Amino acid sequence: MTVQLPLTRNIHADRRPTDLQAYEQNGGYQALRKAIPGMPPADCLQTVVDSHLRGRGGAGFPTGMKWSFVPMGENASPGHKYLICNADEMEPGAFKDRLLLECDPHQLVEGMILAAYTLQADIAYIFIRPEYLLATERLNQAIADCHRKGYLGKNILGSDFSLDLYVHVSAGRYICGEETALISALEGKRANPRAKPPFPQVSGLWGRPTIVNNVETLCNIPHIIEHGAQWFIGLGVSEDAGTKLYGVSGRVRNPGCWELPMGTPIREILEHRAGGMEDGYALRGLLPGGGSTDFLVPEHLDLPMDYSAIGKAGSRMGTGTIIILDDRTCPVAFVKNLIDFFAQESCGFCTPCRDGLPWSGQVLEDIENGRGRPEDLETLERQVSFIGAIGNTHCALAPGAMEPLQSALHYFREDFEKHIDDGRCPYGEPH
Amino acid sequence: MNNERIPVLTELELSEIDAELAHVPYRSAAAIDAMRIVQRHRGWVSDESLQAIARHLEMSADELDGIATFYTLIFRRPVGEKVILLCNSVTCWMKGCDKLQRRITEKLGIGLAETTPDQRYTFLPISCLGACDKAPVMMVGDDLYENLAEQTLDEVFRS
Ligand SMILES: Cc1cc2nc3c(=O)[nH]c(=O)nc-3n(C[C@H](O)[C@H](O)[C@H](O)COP(=O)(O)O)c2cc1C
Ligand code: SF4
Ligand code: FES
Repeated sequence: MTVQLPLTRNIHADRRPTDLQAYEQNGGYQALRKAIPGMPPADCLQTVVDSHLRGRGGAGFPTGMKWSFVPMGENASPGHKYLICNADEMEPGAFKDRLLLECDPHQLVEGMILAAYTLQADIAYIFIRPEYLLATERLNQAIADCHRKGYLGKNILGSDFSLDLYVHVSAGRYICGEETALISALEGKRANPRAKPPFPQVSGLWGRPTIVNNVETLCNIPHIIEHGAQWFIGLGVSEDAGTKLYGVSGRVRNPGCWELPMGTPIREILEHRAGGMEDGYALRGLLPGGGSTDFLVPEHLDLPMDYSAIGKAGSRMGTGTIIILDDRTCPVAFVKNLIDFFAQESCGFCTPCRDGLPWSGQVLEDIENGRGRPEDLETLERQVSFIGAIGNTHCALAPGAMEPLQSALHYFREDFEKHIDDGRCPYGEPH
Repeated sequence: MNNERIPVLTELELSEIDAELAHVPYRSAAAIDAMRIVQRHRGWVSDESLQAIARHLEMSADELDGIATFYTLIFRRPVGEKVILLCNSVTCWMKGCDKLQRRITEKLGIGLAETTPDQRYTFLPISCLGACDKAPVMMVGDDLYENLAEQTLDEVFRS
């Protein structure tokens, strides 16, 4: 029997954690035992490349390709190489990594051991947001259990591969999730993003080769190693491979997070999993992958949730956690809430982001409070094209912040105009 | 600065900081961990604590303060026994966090960024807590409260 929903097979409705014994009874650490000693690192890398796994942190970058930039063998200078798991998960609307971290910590740990083995990294970190206390506790327990079992530490499973794994608890700031800012934070500094190149794969943590991957990305690795690339590709129902954790929050009957084949249509996620809209609410639009993705509208419901289809529709799959805008919530205030978040979380390094985002927030506040002027829409459009342009800022925070605004101006323009014409918000405060 | 007035970090704090130092290549790399450790023991990072940590990590207090002030959850001002973190991001906002905020203010007599006179609670806003399917949510101390309603607040803050 092959597994169809590998990521959540150890995740229970009551969210109790799967401990080492339960994890192993369910086939856990078999992938590690297959790779060590059976598969040399180059074979593991080839398997990940062939699987077409794409990063689940938001950008969808092919994982195997990312890993292939790390200097190996004779090309690697002596010294440490690092693997970092990005468990910062601070994007508004994202709550999928929490599930994996809290409910099946060993799956992530096994994925990290295998990734580190593939890259021949000898030190690994899990960079986790400070509010994820339960996840931190369970990860530390899992790591301690692995040391006792010989899955971590010196000479893993009797091989010459050794790995230390540490949990680093952040001190709270969304920008830490950006991979170069994360590296600065791990080095104990202010989390300012760094210019690329050099890319972290070559010069990252303390100037050494470093790979940063999302929690969900790494959780896929044991299954890919155990069952192979073709099996993984076969799990998807559209162009992209594997399964995906999809989430829905907002005014639906059953908000939550589910593992489904990659490419499951949005409608199926909303109607079959999330139970459709709450009584008395209708769907206005949705952000498909967290607070930094462009709105989609009901006409997009039959699109498959994958990187290419959502991209072609003008948005991004991002984290795959959908935020619902219902017909009783003001789209202007919705976008203002997001812009305020991004403005507050800006690291302040670049002017368009540091000064531009608060300005957009102010314009939106004026419109929302009935003080908007007709020319404000033009101002917002100009901000979208300037702040949103890739290359005008040092990292993707500012362009991401502009995505919901830009698409709201497109799809919900009449709402903005009505605020300005009537001199007030036609919606009440949410309740 | 008069060094004698700087309280020495406790043995426990020092040993926890030194455990972090064991796996970083230079001392200042443990800056954030060290401040989190001290904050866990003392609730916040006072000027005196900051100086003691900076000395231990062989960095200047100004440099350390520049790092401290970057991060939201390093407190450079005293906080109550428990910090209330009420999520105000988009899904919690749609599900009524503004109303909950007013209810907490009513019950405890403190607005955002304030501490109750009995030092029990400090009330802060927080961005998305990664529990949007259970919105609206808040943390009080180490505990996460999900699917909040005004009645839940009455129970949590019953004195
Ligand atoms: C502002 C900002 C915040 C980000 N936050 C996260 C995050 O919390 N978790 C995450 O995995 N990736 C986040 N990313 C993406 C990371 O920079 C990086 O692309 C990702 O961790 C790579 O992992 P992957 O290839 O496995 O997707 C963020 C990016 C930006 C620009
Ligand atoms: S875009 Fe914003 S968050 Fe990113 S580096 Fe510039 S100022 Fe910092
Ligand atoms: S928006 Fe409140 S937990 Fe995500």
